[in-house]
Amino acid sequence: MEIVLALAIGVLGGAGVWLLLRPRTFQVLMGLSLLSYAVNLFIFATGSLSIGDEPIVRAGVPATLEHYTDPMPQALVLTAIVIGFATTALFLVVLLAARGLSNTDHVDGRETEEQP
Amino acid sequence: MHAALLALAEALMPRLPMLLILLPMLGAALMLLLGERRRSAKALLNLLCCAAGLLLALALLVWVDAREAPQAYAIYLPGNWSVPYGIVLVADRLSALLLVLASGGGLAAALFSLARWQRAGVHFHPLFQIQLMGLNGAFLTGDLFNLFVFFEVMLVASYGLLLHGSGRTRVRAGLHYIAINLLASSFFLLGAALLYGITGTLNMADMAFKLAQIPQADRGLMHAGAALLGLAFLIKAALWPLNFWLVPAYSAASAPVAALFAIMTKVGLYAVLRLWTLFFPGEAGTAMPLGGQVLVWGGLATLGFGALGALASQHPGRLAGYSVIASAGTLLAAVGMRQSAVTGGALFYLFSATLAVSALFLLVELIERSREVEDEAMRADTEDEELLPLPGAVVPEGVNLDEDEQALIGRAIPAAMAFLGLSFIVCTLLVAGLPPLSGFVSKLALLTALLNPAGLGQAAPAPGVAGWLLLALLILSGLAATIALSRIGIRYFWAPQQRPAPLLRVIECLPIVLLLAACGLLSWQAGPVLRYTEAAAQTLHRPGPYIEAVLGSQPVPPPAVVPPEVRP
Repeated sequence: MEIVLALAIGVLGGAGVWLLLRPRTFQVLMGLSLLSYAVNLFIFATGSLSIGDEPIVRAGVPATLEHYTDPMPQALVLTAIVIGFATTALFLVVLLAARGLSNTDHVDGRETEEQP
Repeated sequence: MHAALLALAEALMPRLPMLLILLPMLGAALMLLLGERRRSAKALLNLLCCAAGLLLALALLVWVDAREAPQAYAIYLPGNWSVPYGIVLVADRLSALLLVLASGGGLAAALFSLARWQRAGVHFHPLFQIQLMGLNGAFLTGDLFNLFVFFEVMLVASYGLLLHGSGRTRVRAGLHYIAINLLASSFFLLGAALLYGITGTLNMADMAFKLAQIPQADRGLMHAGAALLGLAFLIKAALWPLNFWLVPAYSAASAPVAALFAIMTKVGLYAVLRLWTLFFPGEAGTAMPLGGQVLVWGGLATLGFGALGALASQHPGRLAGYSVIASAGTLLAAVGMRQSAVTGGALFYLFSATLAVSALFLLVELIERSREVEDEAMRADTEDEELLPLPGAVVPEGVNLDEDEQALIGRAIPAAMAFLGLSFIVCTLLVAGLPPLSGFVSKLALLTALLNPAGLGQAAPAPGVAGWLLLALLILSGLAATIALSRIGIRYFWAPQQRPAPLLRVIECLPIVLLLAACGLLSWQAGPVLRYTEAAAQTLHRPGPYIEAVLGSQPVPPPAVVPPEVRP
């Protein structure tokens, strides 16, 4: 399971970075989204991966991480998702405004000579 | 004054740090409820919140200053959970200093916005207060994840404020600014998650305590986490080469927003200073910890970059942006030296330089307006010539009709131009660090501390290569700032002769006067302020009492023991 998750984070992060370096605003937006997915999965993974464990203490089971999954990264990832979602939505609005004002979707607001 | 502030702080004490976050938050919420129509009510509310925030911050500063090191921490547990588990707000000397800076700069920027900028778009005042809330929260929180949350609060408000007024340059600069800050937030989260994974805590004091005892096998991970966090903070603190976003964004922002942003850059520096000294304690002489060389050499490169950029910039807004970069470089390099005397000087420099650059950003807008007035007047002149030839008169060619040159001699300088010119000179003195104002005092304090870390007259090892380089760059960057600002001054104040005076409102001049008067006060009271910043630096570089104070703070016992108090 660890290797699958690590690969997923790596692929998401790599794709995110590549898209982030592209010249089109929508590609940058997708890159930022993918990167935030990678980060969210990473935070989730720091709470040690386990299947079928709960984060809430049950009666009769000793409260150690062997019996439970760590609730803290889950709480963190929830906050990070909300904040990431909001900022990405804001970025989308700015992207549309930039598109409307400059008539191009290049990140610099004008086409360079090399670009087709 | 002093006693009254202390009494106010004592009266509010366990909750004073919390009030500094709640006040702007509730102010912003109230403004949203007021709706977009009642702009003057919102402006008044904004001013009131800023003024009350400044008062509370000053009270906190006086309270913290009145105490000796082990008790000099105002600690409040908002959720009343015991320490490593719940949220904790901690105010020490450094936090209090930066809170005063943020509230004071905020008040000036809010005053300035009343003249024009508040009408340039919607929700200016609520966003302004939310930005202040994020700033205050970031300076106060004692918890890594809440630092992230307050960073985001501050950043989201700053996105809105940067775009305030709209227009093509602002939107383009905003796009870059938002993209780079979202990336920085990702780094912040990665670093925080890594450090949580190693230590199992998010409380900064607890983390510092546990990082000292982690096994050797985990040190690599810890360094990776700290480096990722550092990257996120250094993007905000404008370390070269992570600072190319700053100048376009700051010069595109409207003047009051740029003045507020000048303070926002200091949040990155604050986070570096706080976490780096907590996680890697020790002073110069001990082994250089992770990132020390990066801070010193990166800071020097930033300082050089800022000075060269200031020389190269033709536009006063960009010049002010490069001044922000130069001051950030000075601060980072000085902090990287890890000597409490140098850090103390750097904190004094931070206060003075930030106020000066805020004033410069406000002034730039007024100076720009004087040039706009000229353009309009020139256009009007040519139109007049075309439209109003004297009836029947033939204008002889090659003869200069303008005979008014005599009248120029002895003509009084308009009050507006006199104000702009004098303020610009004061700003130049402050930014370049020329005597007699606080810019000079702060640079002098820095240089003295660099040469004599143990104090004047004490035998001390000579500063290393980096120390000498910082000394040289500090002086050279002052020269560069003098040249660049004088050139702008000549272009805008000296060269134009026939320029009509721009129309200035008192409400626009007042914040500049206030900021410059604060710098004047800082120069006059430099001794006590320097003692305060040196005490702040000493508590930073010996974080033991901080960790003990935070970890030792107890939640309030349940109400069965103590009767519940009525909250004000």
